[in-house]
Amino acid sequence: MRKIIDSVMETIVFICGILSIVFVALIFGFLLKEGFAFFKEFGVINFITGRFWYPVSNPPQFGILPLIVGSLLVTVGAAVIAVPMGVMAALYISEIAPKGVRDILKSFVELMAAIPSVVIGFVGMVTIVPIIRMTFNLPTGLTAFTGSLMLAFMAMPTIVTISEDAIRSVPWAYKEGALALGATRWQTVRRIVLKAAMPGIVAAVMLGIGRVIGETMAVMMITGNAAQIPHSIFEPVRTMTATIAAEMGETVRGGMHYRALFALGFVLFVITFIVNFVADLFSGKSKK
Amino acid sequence: MQIKGSDTIVNLVQVWAERFVEKNPECNIGVTGGGSGTGFAALLNSTCDIAMASRAIEDKEIAKAAQNNIEPVEHIVGLDGLAVLINKNNPADKLTLEQLRDIFMAKITNWKEVGGEDRKIVILSRESNSGTHMFFKEHVLRRGNAKSKEEFAPSALLMPSSQAIYDEVSQNPNALGYTGMGYINGEVKAVSVAKDESSGYFYPTADNVITGRYPISRPLYLYTNGMAKGIVGKFIDYALSPEGQKIVEETDFVPIKKKSE
Repeated sequence: MRKIIDSVMETIVFICGILSIVFVALIFGFLLKEGFAFFKEFGVINFITGRFWYPVSNPPQFGILPLIVGSLLVTVGAAVIAVPMGVMAALYISEIAPKGVRDILKSFVELMAAIPSVVIGFVGMVTIVPIIRMTFNLPTGLTAFTGSLMLAFMAMPTIVTISEDAIRSVPWAYKEGALALGATRWQTVRRIVLKAAMPGIVAAVMLGIGRVIGETMAVMMITGNAAQIPHSIFEPVRTMTATIAAEMGETVRGGMHYRALFALGFVLFVITFIVNFVADLFSGKSKK
Repeated sequence: MQIKGSDTIVNLVQVWAERFVEKNPECNIGVTGGGSGTGFAALLNSTCDIAMASRAIEDKEIAKAAQNNIEPVEHIVGLDGLAVLINKNNPADKLTLEQLRDIFMAKITNWKEVGGEDRKIVILSRESNSGTHMFFKEHVLRRGNAKSKEEFAPSALLMPSSQAIYDEVSQNPNALGYTGMGYINGEVKAVSVAKDESSGYFYPTADNVITGRYPISRPLYLYTNGMAKGIVGKFIDYALSPEGQKIVEETDFVPIKKKSE
């Protein structure tokens, strides 16, 4: 009897474990199926290097270069803002803050993660957008930078929470050793703690970036959605996610536009896959 | 009862038909699109009872109707019109259709070229799934010419809703965008629009839309054979009733009767 329970449980655990692979494979297959039909008709190169996105014109133009540039610009901008702030906040919480402050900070960071993105988008639209326009003297506040700022805000909780776990799991003995050798507190943090926690921090950063690049609602509301190749981060951009969300509702199932959006989803999937793959590569390296 | 015609108002008429049938369960209404021309053809061939149209009937169609012993009677049941909104602090207040087209195609990029301050113009458009996007493109960018290929400039910001356009215009003195006429209020102002420089500039009001003086608009019609009688007449009356006109507003068109009436 005990053996049966054992083997049943083992099977169930195995199935649950394997399910994530199955789901990813299914989604990938579906995107590939719809996207491939489009690629065959329109051409991958035309799709990726085209500069104009006029999906409902006659004849339609499906160039996603502006959308890719838009997504990357917003994501890089958000990472530049969120990563240093997030890692430093994690350092403060785990290494420096007294216990009372730490508990309050931690619960607020978790609360931050719970704010729905549509709320962030809405608050950004009515508060940050006019401020950005006036501060930088821009024609409009609906820019890639505004999107980066709000997305940095959304990536922060992920980066802080996971980095903090990584930093706290650095063994005490390392720090004691460093301090005993006469290192200052900052030297210890910089040379020992950060170094030892690096795989965890990289993972945190990548998860944060993953959240940013897939984020849809907030960017749709505050980046302006102009399908042009921007010259600076202070211009409106249109992201891949916002395009899919805004246009999927109207397309004819099985039509060219419908397939183009699936192909776009496929490109997005490939990009996130590369981000995760690179993250794995790095964290694997630094573990050794 | 069969209703046929313009795809522009097929959704509106569909809602009318559903509510009307709820109240008059004895009748059965079929609503199909196909375009205004299709609707007129069906009316002339007596294969529909009501033709819906987003343009007035043409003379040659009337002549053809006379041959078939059909007397088309026109009922204006609503208006389709768009206001061009700008910030209330923007000194510009009038534009010709040609200027509007050049602005939305980014040939004019500074407000000083059209009577404003030296500021860059920020173009706000709707997403391509929106009927107003199509309407504006067809009537302003392409001037009703189905063969022309004019498109919104890539630098146009595609906003997810009319409310989003309104929000941006109300706080940004550089912006200009189009919405339904219901969005005009104290926080934003609408520009007066002229067909060309020689014709006058008209502000988007219900009156100017009904008379056709305001150029970015058109009346929406139902046509019947002879004065509408019986169930057909009842349907037209329903469309013009306060309840029917409320549905006009809900489906993003302009009611022809003001709310106070």
